[in-house]
Amino acid sequence: MMRKLMMAAAMLATTALTAHADDVKEVQMLHWWTSGGEAAALNVLKQDLATEGYTWKDVPVAGGGGDAAMTALKAMVAAGNPPTASQMLGYTVLDYAEAGKMGDLTETAVAEGWDKAVPAALQKFAVYDGKWVAAPVNVHSVNWLWINKAVMDKIGGTEPKTFDDFIALLDKAKAAGVTPLALGGQNWQEATMFDSVVLSTGGPEFYKKAFNDLDEDALKSDTMKKSFDNLAKLKTYVDPNFSGRDWNLATAMVINGDALVQVMGDWAKGEFVAAKKVPGTDFLCYRFPGTDGSVIYNSDMFGMFDVPDDRKAAQIALAKATLSKSFQSAFNVVKGSVPARTDVPDTDFDACGKKGIADLKAANEGGTLFGSFAQGYGAPPAVANAYKDVVSKFVHGQITSSDQAVDELVKAIDDAK
Amino acid sequence: MALTTATHPDRPSAAGIQPSRSMRARMQDALPKLVLAPSFAITLIFVYGFILWTIYLSFTNSKAFPKYVLTDARAYQRLWRWTFESDPPSSWYTSITNMGIFGVLYIAICLGLGLLIAILLDQKIRGEGLLRPIYLYPMALSFIVTGVAWKWFLDPGLGLEQTLHQWGWTSFHFDWIKNKDFVIYTVVIAGVWQASGFVMAMFLAGLRGIDSEIVKASQIDGASTFQLYRRIIIPLLRPVFLSALIVLAHMAIKSYDLVVALTSGGPGGSAWLPSNFMYEYTFKRNEMAVGSASAVIMLATISAIIVPYLYSELREKAR
Amino acid sequence: MSAALAASRRTPGSSIVPRIVIYGLLIFFALIYLIPFFVMLVTSLKTMPEIQQGNMLALPKAPTIDPWIRAWGEACVGLTCEGIHGYFWNSIKMVVPAVAISTILGALNGYVLTKWRFKGHKLVFGLMLFACFIPFQAVLLPMATVLGEFGQIGKALTNATGFAFGFGNPTVNLVFVHVVYGLGFTTLFFRNYYEAFPTELVKAAMVDGASFFQIFRRVLLPNSLPIIVVTVIYQFTNIWNDFLFASAYAGSGDVMPMTVALNNVVNTSTGVVEYNVNMAAAMIAAMPTLLVYVLAGRYFVRGLMAGAVKG
Repeated sequence: MMRKLMMAAAMLATTALTAHADDVKEVQMLHWWTSGGEAAALNVLKQDLATEGYTWKDVPVAGGGGDAAMTALKAMVAAGNPPTASQMLGYTVLDYAEAGKMGDLTETAVAEGWDKAVPAALQKFAVYDGKWVAAPVNVHSVNWLWINKAVMDKIGGTEPKTFDDFIALLDKAKAAGVTPLALGGQNWQEATMFDSVVLSTGGPEFYKKAFNDLDEDALKSDTMKKSFDNLAKLKTYVDPNFSGRDWNLATAMVINGDALVQVMGDWAKGEFVAAKKVPGTDFLCYRFPGTDGSVIYNSDMFGMFDVPDDRKAAQIALAKATLSKSFQSAFNVVKGSVPARTDVPDTDFDACGKKGIADLKAANEGGTLFGSFAQGYGAPPAVANAYKDVVSKFVHGQITSSDQAVDELVKAIDDAK
Repeated sequence: MALTTATHPDRPSAAGIQPSRSMRARMQDALPKLVLAPSFAITLIFVYGFILWTIYLSFTNSKAFPKYVLTDARAYQRLWRWTFESDPPSSWYTSITNMGIFGVLYIAICLGLGLLIAILLDQKIRGEGLLRPIYLYPMALSFIVTGVAWKWFLDPGLGLEQTLHQWGWTSFHFDWIKNKDFVIYTVVIAGVWQASGFVMAMFLAGLRGIDSEIVKASQIDGASTFQLYRRIIIPLLRPVFLSALIVLAHMAIKSYDLVVALTSGGPGGSAWLPSNFMYEYTFKRNEMAVGSASAVIMLATISAIIVPYLYSELREKAR
Repeated sequence: MSAALAASRRTPGSSIVPRIVIYGLLIFFALIYLIPFFVMLVTSLKTMPEIQQGNMLALPKAPTIDPWIRAWGEACVGLTCEGIHGYFWNSIKMVVPAVAISTILGALNGYVLTKWRFKGHKLVFGLMLFACFIPFQAVLLPMATVLGEFGQIGKALTNATGFAFGFGNPTVNLVFVHVVYGLGFTTLFFRNYYEAFPTELVKAAMVDGASFFQIFRRVLLPNSLPIIVVTVIYQFTNIWNDFLFASAYAGSGDVMPMTVALNNVVNTSTGVVEYNVNMAAAMIAAMPTLLVYVLAGRYFVRGLMAGAVKG
């Protein structure tokens, strides 16, 4: 017994004695893109860096839409040992920057002309206190409908232009015995859909006031109440088993023709593409009715940490490669999103991608590009999650009326601010 | 307690004979404490030190990262307010009521089922060696592994309900996992499945350890099997009940993965337990002060339950 | 051996009918306990179309071991698609020392707390036992800070001597963390076991002039097998299955333990979820713990019986 234990101790000692690896030419990357398409897209980046002599140290932590990864990140940063970069969302970047944990890429950004190429709305999160702290990878847009074309043809539906059109279309599907609306009953999915509902119900000005500026009058207005009523209407078109369903299973329902439509961000397109479906012939992408001309966005960013000087070269190489036009195009074609810089040619993108790029450009110029509240681009995590709580409780019946929902929303947001 | 004297058997002879001998004796005296010291020091620092750190943070304004400027008790004020918000239920209200439901049912059913199976298995069963690992294996698996299987099984569209519908029982209805009022009971089901085998093993060990003379004596008195168990055997298992209670209580409090893997929080967050609340607020919502305050309340509640028990148990030993 | 069984045997009326009821109940419970395992097993042997259309409890129509092969050697964990077999070694490297060290320390602590008592031993034990109840989420960040300090020491040592002596190594960090938070349990197990161990034997050895460690090695350890089995099983499964610490302190591909790798395989954020591969991966990852329980199950009960359950 003792001898065995001694052996174990000896084994520990040998592992312990391995000398420190040379991490100067190494890019440590924390992310939660562990599945097929995304991982393949990220591999492009890995290879780009390899040609410049940098090795890739993968730190993948999947699960919960990045929750586990963010916990791991916090532990790494608390230990004073941050990765070179990490996949991050919106206000999280700013939180880390405020805590003084982020690096400074301004020199590279100026040299590469990021200020001009990257939409101002994204720069709000990639630039803190005048310094570039993150490299945006893509722009996702949330206010989309994803429709199965075969089902659409069968029920004789056309593109809905208003919310009432949309309800009429859902009624048709219901009459034909198809599940009209595919929804995953998890709080972020419900809130993501509600983002679109609010934009559709109240218009761009209202959305910005309520969900980006957190204006209390807008939050407790009748328009917000009506938005909740509209959400309640949509809920009646959902199948009874929706609760807890993952978003990609809801997408699969549309792909397989079990459901007509899903309201989801453009990452859903990645699922259609992975299933070898073609836009226009197999599926349709429309803007959420009544939101044409506006884009609710969120963006994956690579937050760049304050690493020791000898690791900075690798970090700069990663940042440059991330915002290179070739990577922006290659990655986003697979991911379903659109490039984070507006000067990337759209030649490799499919019809939905081309529309997404054009919409983003127009919205950026027209001032109708808004951060998604549900995705953490409208307010800090504390507030955004308070919002998701209220929407989810409304959908699942803990909150029983739109009056109560509005009261709760105001109270919860105020409490979390 | 007679043992204490055993610690110094050689002291009288050692005293004052030779200085070196006395040194050795003193070394012998100090050695046990030296052996224990590292473990105790580690516990003090990494458990109690961290508890103090958490208490400190709960009185700050810490958000994404710890801030060390004391502010006020706002975190506790918020929790206190949330404790009474039941319509609509605040996340904290849901968490603590769920803890009550889950804690009581989980511990009670695990104890009851564990005892029942242990008693059944103790009836000289052929194939005990085959059956026992079947009851025990769930304990060996993490919920990252079994969560998916349970989620499927409880899903009305995929699992039990659909299967029975396919087999012709179309009126069967079981959608607890989708129902905000019942989802916590599915967490109980999965939790009991995981832990009851372990409790069974503890009871089985307890049953096997009972002195057969006592049982024989009571049989001569003409007690029936039922009476035998109720009056004699189960009371004799009291220490096992208490040990099992400790094990189960600590698992109930730490049941975080269970909720996440099975329900991802449940409809509208209706399956949350306090550990989920703490994790959410500390890591996801960047409200570290609130997360810390909830951890402090959890620990205070646990100590209110456990410390009196430990105290009485350890006192009793002293007699 | 069993008193209870003797009882039921001799009770009038314990004829064939109660036996059927007993066996019936036991088999009924066994079937229920087996359902999740059964679901995982049959799913891992099905093709994806069959999973999507079929009944989850149905046997596979055309069993295939392809998912197992994919899980073993091809499934993607982040950007590397070499299956999960490579992560066994990472886990073993971490679990074996952690279990060994926490068990040895637990045994020594139990020995001191029962046979070499000192003033305040109950308080010490009480404090160590209560430590079992601390929620791990609450220690995640302060512990990370401490481990970060270890990393600094490691760097200084590397500069001075060329070796870090384990400071800052993620695997060593995990071993440390698991030893720290396992001590309460191991101490509890051994203390309760040694509590029942005859003190006369220890006294006799003392009179013979045996030293502290000699008594431990020659008198207690040889009689500790049952409780060592219990402790090792308990610690092994807990540490093997830990995800929280592993993902926070050892998330990078080269040191990632099995549970983190499995989590990355199972939690795909996009693409078709390959349930069959996931289930196969899950079962492969659980193999060591399952094996330990099935093989050592008998000793487990025996070990519990030998003292662990005595309050």
